[in-house]
Amino acid sequence: MAKRIDVSGLSAYYGSTRAIDDISMTIEPRSVTAFIGPSGCGKSTFLRTLNRMHEVIPGARVEGKVMLDDENLYGANVDPVAVRRSVGMVFQRPNPFPTMSIYDNVVAGLKLAGVKKKSVLDGVVEKSLQGANLWNEVKDRLNKPGAGLSGGQQQRLCIARAIAVEPEVLLMDEPCSALDPISTLAIEDLIGELKSQFTIVIVTHNMQQAARVSDRTAFFNLAGVGQPGKLVELDDTQRIFSNPSVQATEDYISGRFG
Amino acid sequence: MSTVTITDATPPQLTQRLTAARLPRWAPAGTAVASIALGCGIGAAAGLKSHVQWGLISALLFLAVSYTVSASVEGRRQARDRFATSLVWVSFVCAVVPLVSLTVYTVQQGIGAISPEFLTHSMKGVVATLSPDGGIYHAIIGTIEQVLLATLIAAPIGLLTAVYLVEYGRGRLAKAVTFFVDVMTGIPSVVAGLFVLSVWNIALGFEYSGFSGSLALAILMMPVVVRSTEEMLKLVPNELREASYALGVPRWKTILRIVLPTAVGGITTGVMLAVARITGETAPVMMLVFGADFINSDPFNGPQQSLPLYIWQQYSQINNDYGYQRAWGAALVLIAFVMALNLVARGIARWRSPKGGH
Repeated sequence: MAKRIDVSGLSAYYGSTRAIDDISMTIEPRSVTAFIGPSGCGKSTFLRTLNRMHEVIPGARVEGKVMLDDENLYGANVDPVAVRRSVGMVFQRPNPFPTMSIYDNVVAGLKLAGVKKKSVLDGVVEKSLQGANLWNEVKDRLNKPGAGLSGGQQQRLCIARAIAVEPEVLLMDEPCSALDPISTLAIEDLIGELKSQFTIVIVTHNMQQAARVSDRTAFFNLAGVGQPGKLVELDDTQRIFSNPSVQATEDYISGRFG
Repeated sequence: MSTVTITDATPPQLTQRLTAARLPRWAPAGTAVASIALGCGIGAAAGLKSHVQWGLISALLFLAVSYTVSASVEGRRQARDRFATSLVWVSFVCAVVPLVSLTVYTVQQGIGAISPEFLTHSMKGVVATLSPDGGIYHAIIGTIEQVLLATLIAAPIGLLTAVYLVEYGRGRLAKAVTFFVDVMTGIPSVVAGLFVLSVWNIALGFEYSGFSGSLALAILMMPVVVRSTEEMLKLVPNELREASYALGVPRWKTILRIVLPTAVGGITTGVMLAVARITGETAPVMMLVFGADFINSDPFNGPQQSLPLYIWQQYSQINNDYGYQRAWGAALVLIAFVMALNLVARGIARWRSPKGGH
């Protein structure tokens, strides 16, 4: 588990519009990498290229290479479904499956992949919910609908669902932006625990959050409206927030623009 | 309503600003009663025979009186508000009156014909114009079988077409399919009947049967199923599809296990409503199933009967009370059948809709 991601020369398009341009970076295993930057700079788009979710959108395509250890995600004969099995994702808005119970939500990935054995599923449910710090809150009502939980609980349910399939990498697209500060704290704590097993990439608009949870931070920016987003710099979080090597990063972090 | 101020106990200055004279709460109801009484009075005095005319006079009076009374007491803005509210109510009553009177009238006329014998016997050996005997058993059997067959043909095709349009359809083919579905929605049922008659019965040489009726009904049903299913699938949030993809679930499985279950309540309702819609179709059935007097429970061989066709046959025996009586009885059964389908559809929609929990 937990693999290194090595991106080189990656550009992503929506139709003929280039959303991100020529990005190269290395994302270390068993660490948290945060993406920050102004709206529209392509953070989320870039995140979605890392598990081939970008191409789900009609007309979207990707150029470049994403190596997961020694395999190119965009190589010939690579099955996007297999990619997504090893690179999981948590979305901005909690999106539990409304027809399923809490239990079924957690094991949805396994069940849909054909795992049927009750003892295996039971074990995964407890382990994943404990991993997502939700077990104690829901263990007595596993058969209730997942949509009945609070927003913060739903998001932790979605995290449990994502880690239940045991991915190597966990992508999080602004996972706390729809949550209150207490739920946010719960998820941040959780991220800290999960990084011992997974490679975690998190997009956030909240710079304090990036500073709190991440080991390394990447700053994205765009030259202007309609221009593609670019990676400005990627460095240890400590350095990015204290002594960044690019002026634009410092301007953004200190609130001078964006 | 503690804020209602009819007396001018408040200082005049304040009255101009925030509080104003209001009509009492019973004012709309009072206006309605008074208008109806006045409308009926005018109608009776003018010697108008039709009660519809009385109703129209009452409705217009109601609108006029609500506006003027409110304008004189509450001012023009409130009066306009009351006028709009009154208009909504009048429209609502106009919409409900025909529906209720249709149901009530059918029940009144038809209930006398309903008896165990009527429901369990066919018209075989009954001289329709001379005897009150006979029943609709053969028509009920025919309708159920034809509608069931039509549904078995139309529902899967319609469902899969909608899945194609929403989940896969891109470019020209999808546009063409959408266009043809729209065109099919507008096909008059007679044309569907003629089409099946000329292709299936004349060109291919099959005999009249319940099944050829089903084919025409399926043609009418298919676009309705496609449209309603399409709308339901579009309502499924894209986030759920993405959540499923992100778990490494292939697309077909996502559609089958996530998208369709989420929309199943609405889809079922749509199919049931389409079934209810074709149950009452008369024209294609008239051309294709031939209206047998006897029980034929085999929809693939020989003429059958169906409820709408039966109603038409019985009613077309002019000036025959026995025929009228049977026609109304069959109409009542048909309405009850369609209403039951609607209730079942609602039940399924409520039962299968995604729940919030608690």
